[in-house]
Amino acid sequence: MTIKESEQEIVEEFSTFTDWLDKYEYLIELGKSLPIISDNGRQESNLIKGCQSRVWLAADYKDDKVYFTADSDAIITKGIISLLIRVFSGRTPKEIAEADLGFIGEIGLQDNLSPTRANGLVSMIKQIKFYALAFAANK
Amino acid sequence: MELIKNISEIRELFPALKQSVNGKDLVYFDNGATAQKPISVIELINKMNSGLNGNIHRAVHELSARSTELYEEARSEIQTFLNAKEREEIVFTSGTTASINLVANSFCQKFLNKGDAIIITEAEHHSNIVPWQMACERSGAELRVLPVDDKGVWKLEKLPEILGSKVKIISVAHISNVLGIINPIKDLIGIAHKKGIPVLIDGAQGIVHTRVDVQELDCDFYVFSGHKIYGPTGTGVLYGKREILDKMPPWMGGGDMVGTVSFEKTTYAELPLKFEAGTPNFIGAAAFGEAVRFVQTIDNEFLKNHEDEMVNYLLEKLATIEGLKLYGLAPNKIPLFSFTVEGVHPTDLAMLMDKMGIALRSGQMCSEPLMTKYGVTGMLRASLAMYNTLEEAEYFIEYLRRSVKMLS
Repeated sequence: MTIKESEQEIVEEFSTFTDWLDKYEYLIELGKSLPIISDNGRQESNLIKGCQSRVWLAADYKDDKVYFTADSDAIITKGIISLLIRVFSGRTPKEIAEADLGFIGEIGLQDNLSPTRANGLVSMIKQIKFYALAFAANK
Repeated sequence: MELIKNISEIRELFPALKQSVNGKDLVYFDNGATAQKPISVIELINKMNSGLNGNIHRAVHELSARSTELYEEARSEIQTFLNAKEREEIVFTSGTTASINLVANSFCQKFLNKGDAIIITEAEHHSNIVPWQMACERSGAELRVLPVDDKGVWKLEKLPEILGSKVKIISVAHISNVLGIINPIKDLIGIAHKKGIPVLIDGAQGIVHTRVDVQELDCDFYVFSGHKIYGPTGTGVLYGKREILDKMPPWMGGGDMVGTVSFEKTTYAELPLKFEAGTPNFIGAAAFGEAVRFVQTIDNEFLKNHEDEMVNYLLEKLATIEGLKLYGLAPNKIPLFSFTVEGVHPTDLAMLMDKMGIALRSGQMCSEPLMTKYGVTGMLRASLAMYNTLEEAEYFIEYLRRSVKMLS
């Protein structure tokens, strides 16, 4: 599955929700059920600090693929993170650098990604792309 | 003139309240961050921008004269509002933060030396912490911090321990933007003055919820912003006793704050212009004057009773939400409630409440040391103003309960 296909899958899942309440309930569920970072990963150096919620991001590089684990202390943010992990983890640096994340807008969550929302998500996406570039450069 | 004693009447005067957010009626509970504006303030700004606009203090032509008049009238209006002795004790600034920086720079440049100290409390806003930290760094002075207890009340009994001959100024909030309780500033001022130490009161929240009489308080400085008291953004006041302001050197240099200028020597203007360099936000200041006029058209006793009613209602209802912890519990409570809910992140709550049209503040409230003291990374805050209703409070409680349930 390409990144685009993975994004499309998510868009289809979300199209079944008609109001924001259902969307957020789903995100909360995703956030609650996903054990996405090890205790080791939940450390100071992996912290992306936004002034509203804390986001941890850890990255591993193996066989030209980047694997991400992440966490947040805010559950809706965690739900959105689980979607990002689904799309980005296990991809090559090239694929990550080229991804445009259009699906976030398509599922109606673009508000959460605007830089004016001080919630660490924008920083996290920047960091994901940065990791991809760094791993690609060190090849 | 008949004073207003009716909430619906008050609400009618605020155009911003009539909007919907996310398809729901706006319930604006973030007044601690900024307040909405009454029509008379909005209209004055439009009127000036549409015609009454000439740079102040500088020209002899009609537009300049009329703008200057409005600007200086606003200064007098605020003097009366604060019961300051002289109008020259009212300096217009761009806000509370600018006012505090002015004193931290000007006063400290002259009076703060190596080995001296400044006192603030544990519960201050960053704007009343950082300028003093910077001043201490510049002069090699020390910052001393008065603690608050679990309820958020100042531990005044600890003050003698940190007070001493080296303390040159004390700067504290009238009402904390996190805790929402009226601090015993008169007591503190009394103690400080016995040692000859001047006191600056950060009145950003205080000016909105109490009647401030600077002579009665006897504070040396009182600072606040226009935008929280229904005036425009980018405006503020530094009140200072003449005796102390006269001794302070200017901070910002430029036009209007000068006497004569030559490359050999420049002399400075008298108060208040000494501290008003450059073209000020004169349209903002004039509208600030209008906001202060407006506030005095509301019956004060009625407003106080209304605020008390809201405080009692919300205190009662917030206590029924499981896992909810309220910060700032003391008799002198204003309708400002910061809280956490066990196992629920404030940002998540704020996001869900926003979907219901309810505007709240979440995060560190620009008060990180206080968050650290309580061992939290953030809180949720509801802060009410003169136009908020009991109905809105009921709606807020209902959706807070639902949102907490959704996130637990």
